[in-house]
Amino acid sequence: MPTYTFILNDNQVSVDCDGNVRLLWVLRDILGVTGPKYGCGLRVCRACTCHINGLAFNPCSVPVSQIKPTDKITTIEGLAATDPTGENGLHPMQEAWLKKDVAQCGYCQPGQIMTAVALVKELQSEGREVTDADLDKIRNICRCGTYYRIREAIKAGAKNM
Amino acid sequence: MAVRLTERGFSLAAHHDPSDNSDAQSSGLDRRRFLGFLIAAPTLAVGVQFIPGLAGRQAADASIITPPEPEEIFDLGDAQDLAAAPTAGLITVVVNPDGTASFAAIRTEVGQGMTTAIAMIIAEYLDIEVHQVSITLADARPELLLNQLTGGSNSMRSQYTPTANAAQLAKQQLVAAAARKWNVSPSALRTASGTVIHPDGRKAGYGELATLAAVTKTRRVALPEFKAKDRAEFRILGHPTPRIDAYDIVTGQKTFCTDIQVPGALPTMVARPPTINGTVVSVNNTEAILAMPGITDVVPISTGVAIRGQTHGQCIDAIQKIKVTWGPGTVDSYSDSTVLSALVAAEPPFLVPPVGDLTTEGAFTFYFASNTPLEPDNAIAVVTPTSAEIWSCLKVPIDALQDIAIQLDLPQDAVTVHVAEGGGSFGRHLFHDAATEAVEAAQKIGKPVHLMWSRTDTFRQGRTHPMAISRVQATTLLGNVVTYQQYHTDVQTSFSHGLGEILTATAASLPIVGNFTFAETIFLLSQSSPYNFGVTTQLLNEIPLEFNTGSMRNIYSPNAVTAEELIVDQLAAQFGQDPVAFRQAFLKDSRVLAVLNKAAEVGNWGKTMPAHCAQGIAVHSEYQAAVAVLVEINCTPQVVNRKVHNGYTGPRVTKVLVVADPGFCINPLGFEAQMIGGVEDGIGLALTASMHLQNGLFLEGSWDNFFYTREWNTPPDIQVIITNTSSSPSGAGELAVAPTFAAVACAYARATGTMPTSFPINHGTLGFTPYPAEPSTPQSPTDGLKYTF
Ligand code: FES
Ligand code: FES
Repeated sequence: MPTYTFILNDNQVSVDCDGNVRLLWVLRDILGVTGPKYGCGLRVCRACTCHINGLAFNPCSVPVSQIKPTDKITTIEGLAATDPTGENGLHPMQEAWLKKDVAQCGYCQPGQIMTAVALVKELQSEGREVTDADLDKIRNICRCGTYYRIREAIKAGAKNM
Repeated sequence: MAVRLTERGFSLAAHHDPSDNSDAQSSGLDRRRFLGFLIAAPTLAVGVQFIPGLAGRQAADASIITPPEPEEIFDLGDAQDLAAAPTAGLITVVVNPDGTASFAAIRTEVGQGMTTAIAMIIAEYLDIEVHQVSITLADARPELLLNQLTGGSNSMRSQYTPTANAAQLAKQQLVAAAARKWNVSPSALRTASGTVIHPDGRKAGYGELATLAAVTKTRRVALPEFKAKDRAEFRILGHPTPRIDAYDIVTGQKTFCTDIQVPGALPTMVARPPTINGTVVSVNNTEAILAMPGITDVVPISTGVAIRGQTHGQCIDAIQKIKVTWGPGTVDSYSDSTVLSALVAAEPPFLVPPVGDLTTEGAFTFYFASNTPLEPDNAIAVVTPTSAEIWSCLKVPIDALQDIAIQLDLPQDAVTVHVAEGGGSFGRHLFHDAATEAVEAAQKIGKPVHLMWSRTDTFRQGRTHPMAISRVQATTLLGNVVTYQQYHTDVQTSFSHGLGEILTATAASLPIVGNFTFAETIFLLSQSSPYNFGVTTQLLNEIPLEFNTGSMRNIYSPNAVTAEELIVDQLAAQFGQDPVAFRQAFLKDSRVLAVLNKAAEVGNWGKTMPAHCAQGIAVHSEYQAAVAVLVEINCTPQVVNRKVHNGYTGPRVTKVLVVADPGFCINPLGFEAQMIGGVEDGIGLALTASMHLQNGLFLEGSWDNFFYTREWNTPPDIQVIITNTSSSPSGAGELAVAPTFAAVACAYARATGTMPTSFPINHGTLGFTPYPAEPSTPQSPTDGLKYTF
């Protein structure tokens, strides 16, 4: 069985598995990293959203064979370490999530936060503020209907990023 | 009824108000009796057992203009409270040597904030901080029998008093231990945030005292007289408190059932039939599937073919390749149109025949809708010949335990059921479908499994809110509404989760006469017209089609209330009255009137709106709470026709104002969250979210097919105002759904000039390309790296 190596939350990891297995299952079922959630396996719900080299992506739709040894994968568990300037060493977006008490069941929230961070970074690189139109483009599902607080938290978190 | 003619515009407050709980002692807080226990443990552990008391609310007196309907004098929550009482067991608060408190909740946390609210109650009455309370979810406890059920929004109502009693008993014991230690009278001591304080300033921490207060033999003790604090005295209750699990959630550490790792319980998924409830005739390539990478086991079970493997992804791969001969399902000949015809054919004629111009009527169709939460149904099962251990998110764990014991032919005490936290529920976890499957698969395979449904399974084979027609007819005479009839006909809602036994058990106590079926009882208990519309008749009629149904953040109210409120707007127009003025004139409950007035005032009702834009307003009263919702909708062509790739746009609700009176609101922050969630559900039900049935299969297979509200549908402006009018907490999880749905429907009617009669309004056009019926779970894409941002 082939071995795949990559950098997961700043640590080098290796897994032995079939190259066709989507990265989400490598993370969850093999490595036991369960922050990224399964909500569809179809790149629809975005509950699995993580970062690859700082960009948001959906590991449910990427075979592990496509991940290079130098790729840096960040899951929600490793997000704080990328910018620990929020309270208690959290990422400013996580802090904003706490301040607005966004979560209900919480199942979608790791993906929501990872999407939010990437979105804000993208807008910042374009020199833009977050607008309602930008927020309308977010595809992450929240079946508990926390969208309103998500929007408030993203606007607040962006100010500290 | 004639009284109405002369009394329009008077204050309803003077009338008997069946939901007036202003006297807390006689209603919410002192309705049951409790026994106190000190439990043998190395630290202080106290227990409270609640025993039957009197349901406190009296039948309404005869002065009411329209006779009260059952829901008004005795609602579903009451019935559950009462049903719970005779069989309830012990709940315990443990004060740990580090001064923190632990409590195993006998309710299930699925996002509604129950654990936070319970922690607040304990912190308030024990006098510690919320973060010092840890709440776990109790395993199924058969001795609790029917009290271990989370549904009908009764958690807070039934848990408040016993929990507060237990916390107060624990505090009393800590004070007594300090009094012994210092040789003073307990009454000389006071507490403050986890310490007992001597008049001379000496302090002792709860942790130290907990060890001193420990007992070696369990014994019954007199409960201190329960002093329900005055609202003004509350340090924690009634104050906005963030969720106790928020930190774990934002750091990815909260453990949902899908995240639980049990040794050997490998991922297991099910290849499912191409129609609802189809069966396996034969699996035709078992060997080939077993040869696939990672796959360990393939066995037919009652609902499909269970495939166990090293990763879920490999199970999905196997589902692509498996060849199965399927038997027919239970509703193969049904599509939307045939179910609709069956419902229409089953509708009984109204008792009051239509009388020309004096009659206003409407028939409203509500299509199937999925109650799937975001976390798919899943369960872990470890089954041996003599025992079974199960983990799943279950709102009625005792029901699951009993069924599983029967399924495996094991005594109940050989079955352990752990309650996992759920990523949402919305009615889905009242049932234990995944646990049943996991147990069957684990037994047949002979190995532990973690069985998970795919997203497509959750839509296509999972439970749905049943399709329904609500037909309303009102008769008017001389500026009055003299009869109101509402007949609700739906595909049978399943109540196989024990709620049935609960109410059956208490049927004698219900103030309903006659031989109603269980569903009719629920309907009558949860529906009531808030209006003085003369002779009011509301009936439920169910057709027994074999769909897998269940409630969805409420059972009947969202549909029934929407139908009623649309007709109310029609009546207002017929009377030449503004919708708010009409409601003010005809509402019979002072609390409902108060929230309506507040919403109209704060929401600036009647303001000028641009073309194709309108306001809508609706009220609702249920679970002893009252709520009004005012919305603004934009139906301009540029908004309706905006494009989102693979998404449905349509009209946009731009503003929502919720004014809610829950009686007493334990946690305003959590309550507001529940209102906001309910708003998003209501918008979805009105505009976008439904299931399309075609030849025995629902076509929806993902969230880009089932159009639950998305960011591009969400209102950019939501405001929630909470008013507290009593000391009695009521349910929150479902409260905002019905009035939001109704308000959006009413606003849409006003914006477009056409009253919608079929929901959601976009149901007529299929806005997506369905996944094929087989494979039952579509393959995951491989091009995810093309879409980074
Ligand atoms: S699980 Fe990856 S997008 Fe839904
Ligand atoms: S918080 Fe439950 S799905 Fe978003």
